[in-house]
Amino acid sequence: MTLDRAPVLDLPYTKRTLDNGLDVIAHEDHHVPIVAVNLWYHVGSKNEQPGRTGFAHLFEHLMFEGGEHQKAGYFAPIQAAGGQLNGSTNADRTNYWEVVPTNAVDLALWMESDRMAFLLPALTKERFETQRDVVLNERRQNYENRPYGLALMALVAALFPPQHPYNWMTIGSADDIKAMEFEDVREFFRTYYRPANASLVLAGDLATDRAFDLAERYFGDIPSGVKPAAVTAATTLEGEKRLLLEDRVERPRIYMAWLTPAMYAPGDAELDLVGDLLANGKTARLYKTLVYDRRVALDVSAAQQSREVAGYFVLAVTAAPGAALADLAAAVDDEIVRLVAGGPTSAEMERAEASAEANFVYHLQTVGGFDGKSDQLNAYNVYRGDPGFFARDLDRYRQATPESVRDAARQYLRPDRRVVLSVVPRGRAADALPGSEPVSVS
Amino acid sequence: MTRLPVDRSAAPPLGPVPAFTFPGIERHVLPNGLKVRTVEHTSAPVLTLVVQVEGGSGADPAPQEGLASLVADLVDEGTGSLSAIEVSDALARIGGDYDVDTGPDAITFSLTTLARFADRGAGLMAGLLTRPSLRESDFTRIRQLRIDRLRQIKDIASAVAERAFLRLLYGRHPYGHAPLGNEEALRALTLEDATAFHTGMFRPSQSTVVLAGGMRHAELLAVAERAFGGWTEPASQPPARTPASSIPAEPTSRRIALVHREAAAQSELRIGHLAASRRTPDYAPLLMMNAILGGQFTSRVNMKLREEKAYTYGARTSFDWKRGLAPFALSTSVHTASTAAAIADASAEIEDIRGGRPVTEGELMHAKAALTRGYPAGFETAAQVARAVSQLALYDLPDTYFSDFVPTVSAVTAADVTRVAAQYLDPGRLTALVVGDAQVVAESLRTLSFGDPLEMPVQM
Repeated sequence: MTLDRAPVLDLPYTKRTLDNGLDVIAHEDHHVPIVAVNLWYHVGSKNEQPGRTGFAHLFEHLMFEGGEHQKAGYFAPIQAAGGQLNGSTNADRTNYWEVVPTNAVDLALWMESDRMAFLLPALTKERFETQRDVVLNERRQNYENRPYGLALMALVAALFPPQHPYNWMTIGSADDIKAMEFEDVREFFRTYYRPANASLVLAGDLATDRAFDLAERYFGDIPSGVKPAAVTAATTLEGEKRLLLEDRVERPRIYMAWLTPAMYAPGDAELDLVGDLLANGKTARLYKTLVYDRRVALDVSAAQQSREVAGYFVLAVTAAPGAALADLAAAVDDEIVRLVAGGPTSAEMERAEASAEANFVYHLQTVGGFDGKSDQLNAYNVYRGDPGFFARDLDRYRQATPESVRDAARQYLRPDRRVVLSVVPRGRAADALPGSEPVSVS
Repeated sequence: MTRLPVDRSAAPPLGPVPAFTFPGIERHVLPNGLKVRTVEHTSAPVLTLVVQVEGGSGADPAPQEGLASLVADLVDEGTGSLSAIEVSDALARIGGDYDVDTGPDAITFSLTTLARFADRGAGLMAGLLTRPSLRESDFTRIRQLRIDRLRQIKDIASAVAERAFLRLLYGRHPYGHAPLGNEEALRALTLEDATAFHTGMFRPSQSTVVLAGGMRHAELLAVAERAFGGWTEPASQPPARTPASSIPAEPTSRRIALVHREAAAQSELRIGHLAASRRTPDYAPLLMMNAILGGQFTSRVNMKLREEKAYTYGARTSFDWKRGLAPFALSTSVHTASTAAAIADASAEIEDIRGGRPVTEGELMHAKAALTRGYPAGFETAAQVARAVSQLALYDLPDTYFSDFVPTVSAVTAADVTRVAAQYLDPGRLTALVVGDAQVVAESLRTLSFGDPLEMPVQM
């Protein structure tokens, strides 16, 4: 007798909102004796201002210094209890998580609530300055000192106007980070790190009633704060901007970027599928044409970047030796024209659907960490106000048709409204697409 | 609801340790000699299949560095009538997550798929691994992609450092090169070399298949039998491999090497030496020693280099375990101006843990807790379980390894940690490697007690 059955794609949960506005979501899974604590603050680099970028991410570092009652830092007690923990910041949100053995869930909640309620008394200028240097090192390591590490910065700066919240990347500019003041950081905490702006998921080996009791016990007495207004911004892109960046790279690479619908908006899932059918796997059109058949490219990538305020689609092709970026750009244009004319094939749609289903099932395997069930529930709650969006999210992919995918490509991946960036080895500006303007990013 | 007041003054105590039953492993041997291990893992309707082929990059015949990894990459380019594109298509249709990793001691293939596609997935894997097409056109394309990849990673400081450090430690022994090999060796390879390697190394008697998923042992075994039962052992003897005993002796004094990287914002550092085999009886105390010295965020080196000195975004130490002699090394990337100071501080930490600044009970408890209390969390997904079981096979560890782990680590004492630090770490023969801007850092490196820097080219 096989245990196999058609996968039940369901992510059951219970949600309650505490009096102070903190959303609490519980999900039970008793396979392994661990509990995932996952806390989202609805703040990211989109809440920053031009000239003051990098704040949200630096702040995430400071949270790991711990609150007033755990000034010795956040890692030691959690790791000593056998837990894992991390956090991350993107344009839209900041998340913090612990995955702890079942017997340490009180500890994790005591610490999370302490840094929500009492971070400032523990935060010293020295700690701030040390973490500012750590972030500058992170920036050197992951952006400045990494091939193509500055390309995305150049792209978003060209796609979005200076006042738009997606004009800068979450890491921020080095000058802004150096210029940060201690008092600004304190103000940032008071504005955004409040129960009314947060969402807590407890998932795993924990009874739902106990989850709510614990949430109330540790977070219930923290003053609510004011929920910050949602960030909105509209923008359009006219014409084709051609840019050039010289970098420490061996091979030239061409990037193309377009403005696209926001996360969960009509067209978002379709563009996700467009990314897959263009560049994911050997069957993908650009891979097959450029890497497999013609061998003019070393790699290709294409993906819809789903964000809360707006989306953008980024495609990249790295030139094989002897290949010119202009030829690669022309080949990409040909593929997009072909997709817009004929749409995806039924085989492509079948693959896309199987992959989407598998990805959803694979995400159901872990309770914690980035992209585990707890993170997923929080994403749905924070962005949709509905932790139960799982099935509808999958439906967006199941209900996509060849026509809707074709239409999304036609509407958004237009040659006359995009940014095209040539990244070339230093001293080889002539390898860029004709008419490209040099940009400086730092 | 009545609210109990929270006592924020002290951390709440931990509750009783929750019970956990580690996955039961069943071992089987098919008539063709293939070793099969099955694990029932029912948390989601998925199946993970791991196929481990002994050999890996440590079996690259000199001077064919990169051959094993190339063959590993080549097998999914086609089988039977299927082209590479059609294989990729077949994988996508079962939602398959296919991966291959070439390590120093084995090539590990894995496939995760929805459980209802178990037979299709296993059958496809068996076709790829046992009857790959190995076509000339695919061979030249894959080889060229690898050569191009080598040129690209020349720009990645950590990749340059990893390659140079292996060469410094192992010289020309097969462990001395990264699986990707080097351009000259790749250019000299032919399809015949790839075919011969596949015939010689891919044999049921030297392979292990692990299946973990939401099925009974007998059903998992049946999946393996249907897919791999027809695999036949070649009549020829398997090719000889370079023994671990041929690893060249390291120098008896400290040394430092420098790979120049023009205008680098940071210096990539590696500091260490060859230390122990994964099969050492001192594995548990070494694991503890590493956790305390540099294996976790709160370790001595990260606290010193990141939190106290702010030289770096992070610093860690690790054993790069192998069946043969494996290195212990500290790795970090530091702000260029801090290069010499970071090497001095890091070396001092390696020295101190040998007895100068003995491990405290607090450090011991913390590391022990971190290694043992979270141990069950590593058994959540079918892929985690299958990979863990394949490691038991690779290192000849018993099926009771998982359930023995916590008691074994818990029994390690502070004296054990100091003993293995003194026995296995030798600050007097540390090799340091700097990948950074030589013009800025070279002079300062002379002030360290590592001798004159040996300038190394970027070797790709």
